[in-house]
Amino acid sequence: MIEIVLDWCKGCEICVKRCPVDAFEISDILNKRGIYPPKLKEVNDCNYCRLCELLCPDFAITVIPDEEKEPVESKSKLIIGGICNEV
Amino acid sequence: MKEMMNANELRKKYLVEDMMPTIFCNGCGHGNALDYVFWAMEELELDLDKVAFTSGIGCSSRIPGYINADGLHTTHGRALAFSTGLKAARPDMDVIVFTGDGDCTGIGGNHFIHAARRNIDITVILLNNFIYGMTGGQQAPTAPIGSIATTSPYGNIEQAFNICELAKALGAAYVARWPVSHPYQPIKSIKEGIQKEGFALIELMSPCPTAYGRRNKLGNIEKLWQWYDDNTILMEEYDKIMDYGTEEEKEAIKSMIQIGVFQDEEKPGFFEAYDELVDRLIEIDDKKAQGGK
Repeated sequence: MIEIVLDWCKGCEICVKRCPVDAFEISDILNKRGIYPPKLKEVNDCNYCRLCELLCPDFAITVIPDEEKEPVESKSKLIIGGICNEV
Repeated sequence: MKEMMNANELRKKYLVEDMMPTIFCNGCGHGNALDYVFWAMEELELDLDKVAFTSGIGCSSRIPGYINADGLHTTHGRALAFSTGLKAARPDMDVIVFTGDGDCTGIGGNHFIHAARRNIDITVILLNNFIYGMTGGQQAPTAPIGSIATTSPYGNIEQAFNICELAKALGAAYVARWPVSHPYQPIKSIKEGIQKEGFALIELMSPCPTAYGRRNKLGNIEKLWQWYDDNTILMEEYDKIMDYGTEEEKEAIKSMIQIGVFQDEEKPGFFEAYDELVDRLIEIDDKKAQGGK
């Protein structure tokens, strides 16, 4: 998920141009300054690299990785010499 | 390793959110520099009560106002002089200076030279945008040859100031130059600069679309950021091409701006040497007093 502080955005579109997976587009919500801030595309390949967060000069973007998408940690069972060791 | 902080938490900790949004123009790189300093401070786990920010006059010098720490907004070009005093009075504090190219090398040139020469333990973050942005786009000493400003409408004919080479020659402990368009190298350099005992200069090339870009046919923010990518070269690569490249390759990179870490040395800072001097004199004085009796 990507949070955007709409009123802090000045519309430089650096995030749209510099996103490595092209996940941003310009939204149709007008903000207080009279510009259209970006938003995530409906279908996107965002992998939470957090580059947009660092490149935004106006501190308007926060990347919060979706928790459900994270791989579930599972205990591997190594079998050595017939004895089952939980690692 | 500590888990990376959420950007919202980072802003709550370091940014004065009442002051937001910043006064910087659309597409200005100064906000990036501020963000990188936050990340560097977060990674170093600095105590905000033990850090002071100093600045002179100019766009870049508005930055300490956005930080949740002590700041000193001083006269034009004298940020380094004030920081020297601050460091002398409170050696336990980390002093970080935000300054612009006009502020540091134009008006405060001599202060800069002598602060670097004395190797005073401060970290200077120099935001170079090639122009006096706040006062209406006059030509700065760092402007590349041929660039247009209000005071040079037919193109600049003066040679540009190479700040990093100057600081290197003066013997500063840490000198680096990076464009703000790539985040990780500047963060690393700022971190190293703060940790360094001695004068650390980190020159961040920050695009100015309003005053510099508009007059130099780079008004489009995307074009200006692309210009920084196209016209900078890593210094290691530059040296390699200069040693082994063909004539055409050499010609192509000649006008490019070198980026990278120019100097990284361990040497005693000014106040360390001063403390030693004081100790030595006290010892001599004690011996004299004993001999006198």
